[in-house]
Amino acid sequence: MLDVPQSATAGIVRYCEDLFRDLNFESARAWKAAEPGRKVIGYMPYYIPREIIHAAGALPLGILGGGDQLEVIHGDAYYQSYICRIPRSTIELGVTGRLDFVDGMLFPSICDVIRNLSGMWKLMFPGVGSRYVDLPQNFEDDVGGVFYQSELNEIRHWLAGITGRPISDSAIRASIVLFNESRRLVREVYALRVEQPWNVPASELYLLMRAGLVLPVEEHNQLVRDYMASVREQQRPIKDNSRVVVSGAFCEQPPLSLIKAIELSGCYIVDDDFMLINRWEKSDIAVDGDPVANLAYAFLHDSNSTPPKYEPDLARKGLYLVESVRKNQAEGVIFAMASFCDPALLDRPILQDILKQHGVPQIAFKFAENSGQMQPIREQAGTFSDSIKLWSGT
Amino acid sequence: MTVITRTSTKPAAIIKDASMAKQKDMMSRHYERLANVPETGEKVAATFVPGNLNELLMCFDFANNLPEVNAIQSGLRKQSGAYIMEAEKIGHSEDVCTYVKSDIGMMAKGGIGPNGRKLPDPDVLLLSYTGCFTFMKWFELLRQQYRCETIMFHTPYMADGKVTKDMVRYMVKQLTQDVIPKLERVSGIKFDIDRLREYLRKSARAEDDLVWVLQSAKTKPSPIDAYFGGIYYIGPIFGAFRGTDDAIDYYRFLREEVEERVAQGKGPVTPDGDMGKERYRLVVEGPPNYTHFRQFWKMFYDEGAVVVASSYTKVGGTYDFGFRHDPDHPLESLAEYCLNVYTNRNLPMRVDMLENYMNEYEADGLLINSIKSCNSFSAGQLLIMREVEKRTGKPAAFIETDLVDPRYFSAANIKNRLESYFQMIEQKRAGVRAAA
Repeated sequence: MLDVPQSATAGIVRYCEDLFRDLNFESARAWKAAEPGRKVIGYMPYYIPREIIHAAGALPLGILGGGDQLEVIHGDAYYQSYICRIPRSTIELGVTGRLDFVDGMLFPSICDVIRNLSGMWKLMFPGVGSRYVDLPQNFEDDVGGVFYQSELNEIRHWLAGITGRPISDSAIRASIVLFNESRRLVREVYALRVEQPWNVPASELYLLMRAGLVLPVEEHNQLVRDYMASVREQQRPIKDNSRVVVSGAFCEQPPLSLIKAIELSGCYIVDDDFMLINRWEKSDIAVDGDPVANLAYAFLHDSNSTPPKYEPDLARKGLYLVESVRKNQAEGVIFAMASFCDPALLDRPILQDILKQHGVPQIAFKFAENSGQMQPIREQAGTFSDSIKLWSGT
Repeated sequence: MTVITRTSTKPAAIIKDASMAKQKDMMSRHYERLANVPETGEKVAATFVPGNLNELLMCFDFANNLPEVNAIQSGLRKQSGAYIMEAEKIGHSEDVCTYVKSDIGMMAKGGIGPNGRKLPDPDVLLLSYTGCFTFMKWFELLRQQYRCETIMFHTPYMADGKVTKDMVRYMVKQLTQDVIPKLERVSGIKFDIDRLREYLRKSARAEDDLVWVLQSAKTKPSPIDAYFGGIYYIGPIFGAFRGTDDAIDYYRFLREEVEERVAQGKGPVTPDGDMGKERYRLVVEGPPNYTHFRQFWKMFYDEGAVVVASSYTKVGGTYDFGFRHDPDHPLESLAEYCLNVYTNRNLPMRVDMLENYMNEYEADGLLINSIKSCNSFSAGQLLIMREVEKRTGKPAAFIETDLVDPRYFSAANIKNRLESYFQMIEQKRAGVRAAA
C-alpha cells in the first residue's frame, strides 16, 4: 500500500495523485493479496450498484481508461479511428495484463461502444467473468423498477458465483449504510467547494474523487473527512475567477492537465459530472426493507440526470444543468465532451438551447483522454471567463 | 420478368427485377400517403426500423414515418450531404451519426420527402429503440422540435445471448401500461387485440417468403445478391408494410421471381443486367453506403462477387433463425421481435452468426463495411473480423464508408481494397488446391 501522509492537504492530494497515476492498480492488488479469497470487480462509467459488490466482500474497482499516461498500441488495433479512446485504452489495460487480478468486469449501459465492449471482453478474456448491466429507461416502479430488481438480483447471483458465497440482504443493507455515508461526504465536499472554490481546487477534488474508485469505501470515506478537515484549517488566496459548471465528461475522463488548464484560465469549477458514480443517488438510499428494491427505487427516483439516461418529461429535459448553475451560483457552463462520445455530443445542442433560453452563457470543446495541447483550451476558457466578467451584468 | 425503367437523374438504363419495380411502387405510394396527410387527416407516428412495431401502429390507423428510411432516400438521391452540413452548421457535432444529421438537416430545409412533397410532422414519436442508443438521442432531438407525445419503449440488450422471461415481461408491461394507452390517447382509437393478431398473422406469411428468398442464396450460383439486392427485399417488411396484404403479395411475387431464376440457373440481377459468372461468394457485415450505392455495388458485380448473406438484412428482424410474429402471443411476440434484431445481439452471438453464414452459404470470405456513423454496428468489428477469420480459415477484409455522408466514401480506396481482397481469395484457393 502507498503511504498516506496525514492531515496535510498536500499529502492527501499527493496520495490521491499516486493512486490516479498507478495504472497497475497496486493498491487494489494489495487489497486483494491481504486476505486469501478476496475478489476484485472492475466496472466502467457511469454507474454501477457498488453496494452489491461490497456486500459480496469484493472490491469495486473503477476502470476509467488509461488517461494520458498509457501508450495505446494493442487497443488501437481493435478500434477504428472514429471511435472514442476509453475502450481502446481499456483494452490496452486488459491485453497488457494490468487487469490480470480483476475477477469480474461490469459494463453499464452507457452507449453502444461500451455495450459492445462487454461482448468483446467475453471473447478476449474468457477466463474473466463479465456482465453487461442493463439500466432501465422506464422509470415506473412496477415496470422499470421490477426489471431493474431482476437485473440487480442477477448481478447478485453472478457475484455470488465469483466469490463462492451467497450475498445476504443484511450484508447489502450494511453496504448501503456505508455508501450512504460516502455519498453524504461527497456531497459535503462538493458543497464546500461551492462555498470556497479557492480552497478546494477542482484538480484536487478530482483526484480525491478518483481515489474513491480504487479504494475500499471505508478508507475513502476517511480520506474525504481528512481532506475536508485539512482544507478547513487553511486559507488560500481568493482569485477573481468566474464560477463555471463543467458538463459532458461523465465517461471518458479529461486529462488532469485539462482540468488544471480550465482553472488556470480564470475559472472556478463549482460543479461537474466527472465521476457521477460517487454521488449518483442524490440522497440516502433507504436501509430498511428489501435492499434490492431500495437500490432500484433510488435509481428510478433519486438519481442524477445525464445524457445516457432518458428524460421522460420534456419540460424537465436539461433543467438539471440550469438548476446546477443556480444552486452553485455559477455564471456559465463549459461543455467538455470526449470526441466521438455519442450520448454527450448528441445531447449537446439540446442542452445548449435550454441554457440559452435561461440566459446561461456557455462554451463547448472536445477532448480525448490523452489530449496534450492545453493552450487552446486555456485560451478558450480564459476568453469565456473574461467575457462573463466583462459582460454578464449587461 | 425483367423491366427497364428510366429515371430523370440517370442517363443510363437501370435494369430492375419486376419485384424491384413493384417495391418502388409500394414506396412511392407510402410517401404519397404521408404527403397527403394534411388532406386525409391521418395521424402520423415516427419510429425506427429495428424495433419497428408496424402492426401495433396499424391498430391505431397511424401512418408510419421512418426517419432512417427518409435518410436513406436522401442518401440515394444525393441530398444527404447538404442536409448533414446544414445540421453541422446549426450546432451538431461532426462526430455523430449522419442518419440523425441528415434527418435534422432535412427538417431544417423544409422537410421535403423523396417525392418532392413535404413530409408531415409526427403526432407521436414511438421511441422503440433496439440495439442502438443513438435512437434515443435522435428522438429526444425530434421531441424538442415537434414537442409531441414521445413514447419510450426500452428493449433490453441480449448481453448473455438469451432472451429471458424477465425481459419479455418488462417489455409487455411497457406495452400494456404505457405504449398502448398513449397510442390510444393520441389516435383516439381503442386498442383491439384481435386486429393486432390479424396483422401479425399476415406478417408471418410474408416473413416465410422473405426467409425463403434470403436462403435461396445457398444455391450456386446464388440467384440473389443478399446485400445490395437484399436491401430492396427488406424494404417493405422493415418499413411500413409488415402486416399488410401488400407485403404478402410482394414477398410471394418476389419468391416466384427468385424461384424462376433458380430454375434457370441464373445469378442476381444488377443495375447493369444479369450478373456474369459468379466468382466470389461473400458474407458482408455492416450497413451499406447509400450515397454511392450503385457505384459501390458495381465494384462487386464487375468482379463477379455476389453477397450470399449479410447481417444488415437482419437489422429489422432475424427471421432466418426461425422467429415469426405469433398471433397467439401478440404482445410477447412484438417483444421477442425487438429483442432478436441483429444489433441487439451481443458480439459473441454476432460472431457465431457470421461464422454460420460463412459455412452454410459456402462463402469464400467475410467483408466488413465499417460505417463511420454507426457505433452500434462498428464498435468491435475488428475483433469480429479476426474471430470469424480464425474460426473459418477464410480470408476477411475491412473497408470503411458511411451510410449517408458522401465525404466518407472514397471510391478509389475502396475499389483498390476490394481488388486486393479478391486476389487474396484467389491465392487462398490456390493454396487449398496445392495442399490437396
